[in-house]
Amino acid sequence: MDKLNQILRRIPVWAVYVLGLLPAPWLFYLGLTGGLGIEPIEALEHEYGELALKLLILGLAVSPLRRLAGLNLMKFRRAIGVLTVCYAGLHLLVWLVLDVQAPAQIWADILKRPYITIGMAAFVLLLPLGLTSNNASVRRLGAAWRRLHRLVYPAAVLAGLHYVIVAKGFQFEPLLYLLAICILLLSRLPVPRHPFARRSSDST
Amino acid sequence: MAHRWTNTLTYADVTPRAAFLNRRQVMAGLAGSGLAAMAGRAQAEAAVEPNSWEEITSYNNYYEFGTRKDDPAKYAHTLKTEPWSVTIDGLVDRPGEYDFQDILSEMTIEERIYRFRCVEAWSMVVPWNGFELADLLNMAGVQEGAKYVAFETALRPDEMPGVAYPVLDWPYREGLRLDEALHPLTIMATGIYGRPIPNQNGAPLRLVVPWKYGFKSIKSIVRITLTEDEPPTSWNMANPREYGFYSNVNPSVDHPRWSQASERMIGGGLFAKRQPTLMFNGYESDVASLYDGMDLSEYF
Repeated sequence: MDKLNQILRRIPVWAVYVLGLLPAPWLFYLGLTGGLGIEPIEALEHEYGELALKLLILGLAVSPLRRLAGLNLMKFRRAIGVLTVCYAGLHLLVWLVLDVQAPAQIWADILKRPYITIGMAAFVLLLPLGLTSNNASVRRLGAAWRRLHRLVYPAAVLAGLHYVIVAKGFQFEPLLYLLAICILLLSRLPVPRHPFARRSSDST
Repeated sequence: MAHRWTNTLTYADVTPRAAFLNRRQVMAGLAGSGLAAMAGRAQAEAAVEPNSWEEITSYNNYYEFGTRKDDPAKYAHTLKTEPWSVTIDGLVDRPGEYDFQDILSEMTIEERIYRFRCVEAWSMVVPWNGFELADLLNMAGVQEGAKYVAFETALRPDEMPGVAYPVLDWPYREGLRLDEALHPLTIMATGIYGRPIPNQNGAPLRLVVPWKYGFKSIKSIVRITLTEDEPPTSWNMANPREYGFYSNVNPSVDHPRWSQASERMIGGGLFAKRQPTLMFNGYESDVASLYDGMDLSEYF
């Protein structure tokens, strides 16, 4: 694990940003050229949404991975978080611009359809986290920054629910995402009187 | 009983592909300008132009082979459709197991170019080949007292990877009221574009009810039962609030999770414009009388 951590230390953060952003234009290009199948609007919407969920889960896994497995990805956590917000935003944009199209319909949908209400709520919670993911905000907000960024927990549960509710019939994949999110959140609860438990209250 | 309904647009009217595409845009433009409000047969038929074979056979909902749109095209080849027989039972004079080839030899196959509107708010136009369901039901002899027709899809865990998951309560089941089943628009499809129907589209024979959401048009049928009572149907069993027994295409009755007022025509690419959905999917003048006096928001 130490060796792996050493290798990770040598990877610059900008490389994670670049690699993480590449799928965005690539998927759009595939959608334009038929690479996403017969119905590219729905496909692109799903691809961006699933990527956002995967990144969200990866971001939530950073601190348990360090605590329980000794794998240190802390250096990349901000990049993972910012990428999460980017893909959630792209997912939302495809829905607004390419899918629903009618602006009047959008408000009606957000208010009327629970899965959209929940998805929007998740995005609204994530947006300030993305906007304050910079050193200046961390300095200016101080202790409030930590409290603010705990919004990622409710946002993650809402995002997982959003995917579960949108599925037709009983489907496993969305439930697996929600399960992963729940496990990662539960792993943060303090485990009292366990001989090997470290203080988990100071991890975020 | 065949030829009780004819397309006003046939292949004789078919223009080159490029002209088709232009016309599709023209129709979309008309729809946007409100001229589409002049609903009715002529208008609905004018917009009918078939999707390509590729589109029709690679974008499917057939959950027995997986829940993704491309799963059926990938995995449905494992379904053995020869030999195939259909059990027709319940309130019929001649119940029994009917061999598919024997059925075919008795039926008149004709082409029906129908709009196909999925409950998920996308649509296609499919040039089906098939025969009227009424002809098949007459073959078995519908008895007095029969009021509904129940259908069942094959359930073969060895050939259908999707049924390992409880997405729905298998086997897939659907149903129609008898007058809907006997309507000249209701067909059993056995082909598309003059070729045998591919497995992912419901080989070797499937129901097509063009004025209802696509999931009513049950695939790969192995059993047809005439009943006195309304039969249980799969999506209604899974979620009665979202999927009614009737499930007629109706732009003014929304699915609880999305609007049914508009639809996306498959094949328009990444910037496809939504089109207004037509009452009874454009077959209003043909079928509206079946539902006289019914509150369609209650019987959705």
